[in-house]
Amino acid sequence: MTPAFAILAALTLVSAVAAMSLRSLVHCALALAVTFVSLAALYLNLGAQFVGFAQILVYVGAVAILIVFAVLLTRGGEAPQGQVFSSSWFAGTAIAVAVFGVLAWTIARSTLSQRGVPPPPEASVKQIGDALMTRFVLPLEVVGLLLTAALIGAIIIAMRDQESEVGNQKLPAAVKVEASGAIGNRQSAIGNPP
Amino acid sequence: MTPLSAWLLLAAMLFAIGLAGALTRRNAIIVLIGIELMLNAANLNFIAFWRFSEHPEALTGIMFVIFSIGVAAAEAAVGLALIIAIYRHYRTTNLDEVNSLKG
Repeated sequence: MTPAFAILAALTLVSAVAAMSLRSLVHCALALAVTFVSLAALYLNLGAQFVGFAQILVYVGAVAILIVFAVLLTRGGEAPQGQVFSSSWFAGTAIAVAVFGVLAWTIARSTLSQRGVPPPPEASVKQIGDALMTRFVLPLEVVGLLLTAALIGAIIIAMRDQESEVGNQKLPAAVKVEASGAIGNRQSAIGNPP
Repeated sequence: MTPLSAWLLLAAMLFAIGLAGALTRRNAIIVLIGIELMLNAANLNFIAFWRFSEHPEALTGIMFVIFSIGVAAAEAAVGLALIIAIYRHYRTTNLDEVNSLKG
């Protein structure tokens, strides 16, 4: 076990525990960004440079910022007053410990640890690009389609409301008309509480 | 070089932490953060197995992680949009209070 691995593993685990246990949501999001950065460093340690930088670009640059935006939009910035853990916290913790126990038992019993360390593999960006354009071109196109669908779906789900002043200012006219139709449905739904 | 079992154990710990957070926290955003941690643990496993594989020139582990990162980004976008929609409807992100379907 190299010192770099020990330091990065400790940083990853501590920041992951912090992201899962801190009270304030903003602190959780920042701890999550630290976890993502240390995971990217672990990928670099394993010789996967492209994945490490993709991790920083996508997770730190996009997902962590998206989570901070969601915290702000749901007014979760201030620390919650009451209990932060769910009513079924004991069962959840027990399940997580059991899952870790099974995984660790399997890893300890497997013969993987006897296998020698192979020489560092070569994975240049050129090789990855070649593979993406030849062998994996169909999955690449499917991921592109999936991201487009997710983009449109996320906008439609999140913008369908009347109180979003930002949405009313910035949306194009066609979407506004659709949104006002949804507002009518919502208001009639609010008028008849279950 | 660190042995493969240490990498797998680290990924298992990360997965368990994410699972514990997703199952025990009340806030929906933290549950989504826990799911992201679990996805990252799986990615770490893929990269570790690729590094210790017999044929790393096939790049399968790297490709799987690249596509997994893409799918996880889509999942995070849709999940956070759903959380915002739930917040607008219920005025809360506390999962214990979003129980209209509870019998």
